[in-house]
Amino acid sequence: MTMRVRDAPASSALGTKGSAMREKPEAKYPLRDNATDKLRSFSERALSEITAEAIAKGELSGDDLRTHADALRQQARIARDAGYPQLAGNLSRAAELTSVPNDELLKIYELLRPDRARHEELTRLADYLELTYGASENAAFIREAAETYRERNLLRR
Amino acid sequence: MERSIRFDLLANRDINKETFVEPWPEAGLIVADSPYDPQPSISIDDDKVVEMDGVPRADFDALDLFIVSHALDLDVAVAAMAIPSKEYARMLADINVPRQDIARLIAGCTPAKLTDIIRHMNVLEMMMGLAKMRVRRMPANQAHVTNWREHPALLAADAAEAALRGFAEVETTVRIARFAPFNALAILIGTQTGRGGVLTQCSVEEALGLRLAMKGLTSYAETLSVYGTELTFVDGDDTPWSKAFLASAYASRGVKIRFTSGTGSEALMGRAEQKSMLYLEARCLLVVKGAGSQGVQNGSISCIALPEALPGGVRAVLAENLLASMLGLEVASGNDALASHSSIRKTAKLMLQFIPGTDFIFSGYSAIPKRDNLFGGGNFDAEDFDDYNVLQRDMQIDGGVKPIREDEALDIRRKAAEAIQAVYRELDLPAISDEEVAAATVAHSSDDMPERDIVPDLEAADRFMASDSDFVAVMRALQRGGFSEVADNILEMGRQRIAADYLQPAAIFDADFKVQSAINDPNNYTGPGSGYRPQGQRWKDIQAIPQAKPPTGFVEPHVGEPLSRLVEIGPAARGRGKEVVLALGPAFGRVLGKTIGGLEHEEVLKAILSGIAGEGALARIIRVYHSSDCAAIGFVGARLSGSGIAIGLQSRGTAVIHQKDLAPLNNLELFPQSPSLTIATYENIGVNAARYALGKSTVPVSVKIDNGARLRLIVKTALLHRRETDEVCPGQAPVECLFDWEPD
Repeated sequence: MTMRVRDAPASSALGTKGSAMREKPEAKYPLRDNATDKLRSFSERALSEITAEAIAKGELSGDDLRTHADALRQQARIARDAGYPQLAGNLSRAAELTSVPNDELLKIYELLRPDRARHEELTRLADYLELTYGASENAAFIREAAETYRERNLLRR
Repeated sequence: MERSIRFDLLANRDINKETFVEPWPEAGLIVADSPYDPQPSISIDDDKVVEMDGVPRADFDALDLFIVSHALDLDVAVAAMAIPSKEYARMLADINVPRQDIARLIAGCTPAKLTDIIRHMNVLEMMMGLAKMRVRRMPANQAHVTNWREHPALLAADAAEAALRGFAEVETTVRIARFAPFNALAILIGTQTGRGGVLTQCSVEEALGLRLAMKGLTSYAETLSVYGTELTFVDGDDTPWSKAFLASAYASRGVKIRFTSGTGSEALMGRAEQKSMLYLEARCLLVVKGAGSQGVQNGSISCIALPEALPGGVRAVLAENLLASMLGLEVASGNDALASHSSIRKTAKLMLQFIPGTDFIFSGYSAIPKRDNLFGGGNFDAEDFDDYNVLQRDMQIDGGVKPIREDEALDIRRKAAEAIQAVYRELDLPAISDEEVAAATVAHSSDDMPERDIVPDLEAADRFMASDSDFVAVMRALQRGGFSEVADNILEMGRQRIAADYLQPAAIFDADFKVQSAINDPNNYTGPGSGYRPQGQRWKDIQAIPQAKPPTGFVEPHVGEPLSRLVEIGPAARGRGKEVVLALGPAFGRVLGKTIGGLEHEEVLKAILSGIAGEGALARIIRVYHSSDCAAIGFVGARLSGSGIAIGLQSRGTAVIHQKDLAPLNNLELFPQSPSLTIATYENIGVNAARYALGKSTVPVSVKIDNGARLRLIVKTALLHRRETDEVCPGQAPVECLFDWEPD
């Protein structure tokens, strides 16, 4: 697999925006009603800028209506507090994946299917995600998959 | 062989179109409790599971490995596994044990333990458990909207109607995979025309599904299928890790996901490993939970006919819904694929989810006729809408939809078809004609739609998929085409995507476009007086089926002017000779003018009098005021009759031939089925009464038995009787009447 190594948006780099958010008082669920002024799109637009007029003027694109990692991290926290730790884990992995481009996501999924990848392809993929996107939780998850796939003969032969 | 006529008839009943099979555990044809199912156990050494359900770690398959590292809460596992299964079963059925207390312990239970708990429960106990363990307080429903023509205007119109009916999610799919973006687009526009906030998905191959979501054309996905054995999982071309990654990928784009599992798939794929369907489903559900899915679509789904072929199959399907809710998963509880030829059986099965309520009672109610359902579904379809609405009304149960009026349906369908027409025009897609819009507005199925050239549609779909065009372009097209309200709803879906609130368990948007999920609307059922009940406006909406009529309308057609020929002349006295007294109810020919069967009171009088005169007897008419009861009217008449014979006649037409020496509630002949009585019958009643008076031998009048009459007319019967009872004057003695008419 070849993947373009490209700069992730600053906001999704590990530990910058995410940790900053963690120090703020927790927003209450639903965020749509209780954090209206704090919510940002993937492209860092405020919710107040996302209007019908802006659509009509052609000022908005798909990224202006995409989920930001911070919202997913907050949702992960809300899920964990409500007693849904596995969902919280999924949402936190999702937060890391917000900055991974669409085509790369599809390629990673394909590689994780049975008999697609060799062990070292998976570990390289994990390293790549961690280095490029700060996706350490996904990296750990993929490394675990690599070990299991080896144990259960699910790797490409 | 000699043939019983009855058995021959039974053989041709719908139920006997089903296939029934005896269990065969070795082939996985057993719904629960296979002799090969493992016994529950767990051993944890140094925070690591070294044995589970009798299998040492060295022999774990990929599912076991995933379950122990992601699904089980090892902090509670040892304590949870030590509690007897029967204890859990009792807690589930006990309203005094809150959901959270059970969920905390269930988090540490292995697949064999979960299965073992069910062993102790009957369906009623499981329904109690489901009512309590369901994660969202308010139940909801999901619709399937497809059509075999894959006509965009019909898809949009049907999606709009489904949204108006109250479905919280609408799912479509494709016959031809290349249609995926356009089918997704049509139901997005349709639903957001019908009601802002309906979640939509297009069920296609995983990677394509993700691309549709990335374009903003869908807001949820439930295509993530999991299986209970490693070999089946791999046959499905996935692993728990690939599915979990896919789940995160969807969530990263703000899309709600739900996994799919369900009993029977492993047996169907020939890889059940001798285990029961329910045990394998327990494994699936722990994989679903471990992957971090907020919910699951289960209840056998497309394999439903397989468990239903086996003993205990419907119970097992309820059990799997319950297991999912015990694990804190949103449950979309099947009832989608064709499960039975028999209306009785399919409805009885539905009750197991309908009565307790689930997060989505159907994981696809076919909001289109089943012949247009591309999911192989349609166990309940658009032709059952009114039946379903009545079930809600009968039981005061919120089944997630509401009745709508025909004019509302036509308006919303037209608007949705025009909206998609405008979008196709603005985006330069193959035109949708006004004829197609008109047809979609009134259509029931694909058969009602004009032929459409699909080649240019498919080419346009390919171009749309390859381009950067997404739901932002769709919103602009709607704005330019004059459908800014629909654009606003899609824009709000975009804002909701940014907030990501609807990624939480069991999230839907309510009628006010507000998110409702396990976080802000957690199920709090703890017995009577708690939890969700349809009340206030919601209960009014459920009641308001258009077929329900105001009660006054039943009586009005029977009200008439007093008969001019029928006059009261003074107190009724005891008569003499071979006469027949005809005793009328207090409203007869006064305020009411017709029987329940629509016969004019005047004609009924003439018929009876003709019958009496024909036998050579005399007739005398009295009116009874102190009672509206048929027997009482007849009995009073008999006691005033010279012969001791009288006919009692109520305004609604019910008649009796009475004799003075009988007990008041006894009679010579009774004619309770007034709707079946004809003028000829009334004449025969007159004849017979005269023959009794003359002491002649008499064959009772035969009346056709129509057991449906009461069913059809009981409301009218009650209201006509009530109207007659309004005329009762308790102290007033019977009155002699003169009917100014002579029989020929």
